[in-house]
Amino acid sequence: MIECTINGEKVRLDADPDMPLLWALRDLAGLTGTKFGCGIGLCGACTVHVGGHATRSCITPLKDVAGAEITTIEGLDADGGHPLQQAWRELQVPQCGYCQSGQIMQAAALLKDMPNPTDEDIDAVMTGNLCRCMTYTRIRGAIRDAAAAMKEGSAHG
Amino acid sequence: MIKRIFLALVVVGVVVAGAFAFYAWHPELPAMAAADRPAFDADTIERGRVLAGAGYCSTCHTAAGGEPYAGNYPVVSDFGTIYGSNITPDPETGIGSWSPEAFRRAMHEGVDRQGRHLFPALPYNHFTLLSDQDVDALYAYLMSEVEPVKQSTRENTLPFPLNLRFLQAGWKLLFVDFGRYQPDPDQSDAWNRGAYLAEGISHCGACHTPRNALGAEDGDRRYAGATIDRWVAPALTSANPSAVRWTAADLTLYLKHGAEAYHGIAAGPMGPVVHAGVAELSDPDLQALGVYFASIARDGDSGAEPQPDYSPVQASVAAGKPDPAYRLDDGERLYATACASCHYNDSADDLKATRPELGINSAVRLDDPANLIHVILDGVPSDEGSQGVVMPAFRDALSDQQIAAIAAYLRASRTDLPSWPDLPARVGDLRAHAGTH
Repeated sequence: MIECTINGEKVRLDADPDMPLLWALRDLAGLTGTKFGCGIGLCGACTVHVGGHATRSCITPLKDVAGAEITTIEGLDADGGHPLQQAWRELQVPQCGYCQSGQIMQAAALLKDMPNPTDEDIDAVMTGNLCRCMTYTRIRGAIRDAAAAMKEGSAHG
Repeated sequence: MIKRIFLALVVVGVVVAGAFAFYAWHPELPAMAAADRPAFDADTIERGRVLAGAGYCSTCHTAAGGEPYAGNYPVVSDFGTIYGSNITPDPETGIGSWSPEAFRRAMHEGVDRQGRHLFPALPYNHFTLLSDQDVDALYAYLMSEVEPVKQSTRENTLPFPLNLRFLQAGWKLLFVDFGRYQPDPDQSDAWNRGAYLAEGISHCGACHTPRNALGAEDGDRRYAGATIDRWVAPALTSANPSAVRWTAADLTLYLKHGAEAYHGIAAGPMGPVVHAGVAELSDPDLQALGVYFASIARDGDSGAEPQPDYSPVQASVAAGKPDPAYRLDDGERLYATACASCHYNDSADDLKATRPELGINSAVRLDDPANLIHVILDGVPSDEGSQGVVMPAFRDALSDQQIAAIAAYLRASRTDLPSWPDLPARVGDLRAHAGTH
């Protein structure tokens, strides 16, 4: 039995401790916004937050997140109104959309650690998140827009 | 005395003008009603259809989107635009009132039924080589198989005095050798057949031979290459730019299919030449064209064909292989994909414990790489390291070689310490003995 917090709710998961977190999220918790991509931590589609940090859930065993706080795309913002999600909509970033929840979760973690990322910073951190539709320039643009919006928000806040 | 010289000059002038007028003047040939045309057998008509293809006649006698052979295709020259004429059997606007003799005269001498000189946009300098039988076959095809279309041909845009048709007689006198094809007894039958087709109906030199200032093909630079409609018709001599010399077999394939492996494709103005099209010719005729142009490609040498040098093919294929340089350092590539999203730091002034900067991390600087390898293999659970934060386990994601590459990359790029020996074996060993941590 593994206990952890998913999107603010304490859960007890009766599962093999070596089950990848992604399996538990999708099949046990029913949170299917997080996607399975490569299964070996090299594409970023499965990115969630563990303790506020971007983590590839497909290669993270359930036992390693015991007691941890996990946030999935469903829990990033109650209304889907995170500045990144707004920028994503405004720039119409997704094409097929499969990688986008992972992209947004990785970008949200990026902005937490680096509120004013340069393009170089964005490229370095986002390189592990692949987009087969090549929406990279829009992803980068949306991250810049979100960073600006968050800066403004905090200045007024 | 001066008077005499003057008189002599006048006489000479009158004689020359008279001779030119005699040379330039051609009578109108009588019109022939459709009902009076000779009957054509099916074989003749079919031969005419193939020849019309080999001459890709429809290309210059059909406007874009227009009816076949109804004319008005713009042939843009340095001197002005000449519109291809209507050669459907319409008696008023086409050639429906032409007799076989009138058609032959047009093809062989560049003079229309009414006796007017045609502009050399019609390559009669080539068609003059065609046998009477072949010209008659073309006539049979046009009269039998092409739908008559009533459509007047647009006025050419040639400026005065180039628009004076009788002056064309002078151009012909200077630049055209009239007469049927004479086989070269020193060459093979195939070569002669190829030459007959290439120099005659297919008028290859019209595009591939450069023209002089007066628009005539330069006989001293046959097949030396030229520009046509802003495309380049490449040299067909040894100056051809292909990396592999054209062989007869390659030429035949190219003219049949519009493409073959060792050279470019038939595109631009060459596209319709093949597909509208020389490709209609029989295989023996296409082989004959191959034999002929293979000799041109060797500047006239029609002896046994030596094997071309195919080494440029190997060089080109090798150069097209993905440059392995980008994966010379597998470790750097894997690090960028698998590690940097968490371990990259934007500033040395604002390091975060949750983004371990690996270049200064003891795991990378120890004499023994075990700690680094352990962490990559099995990650860091939430109750170790920064509480509540995890690192995934790459045990099932990365091979021994890949983990060794990441470790070697970090060691080499972030420190000036000696490299770790036997890393892949070390990863394999630690993978097998993970222990309890």
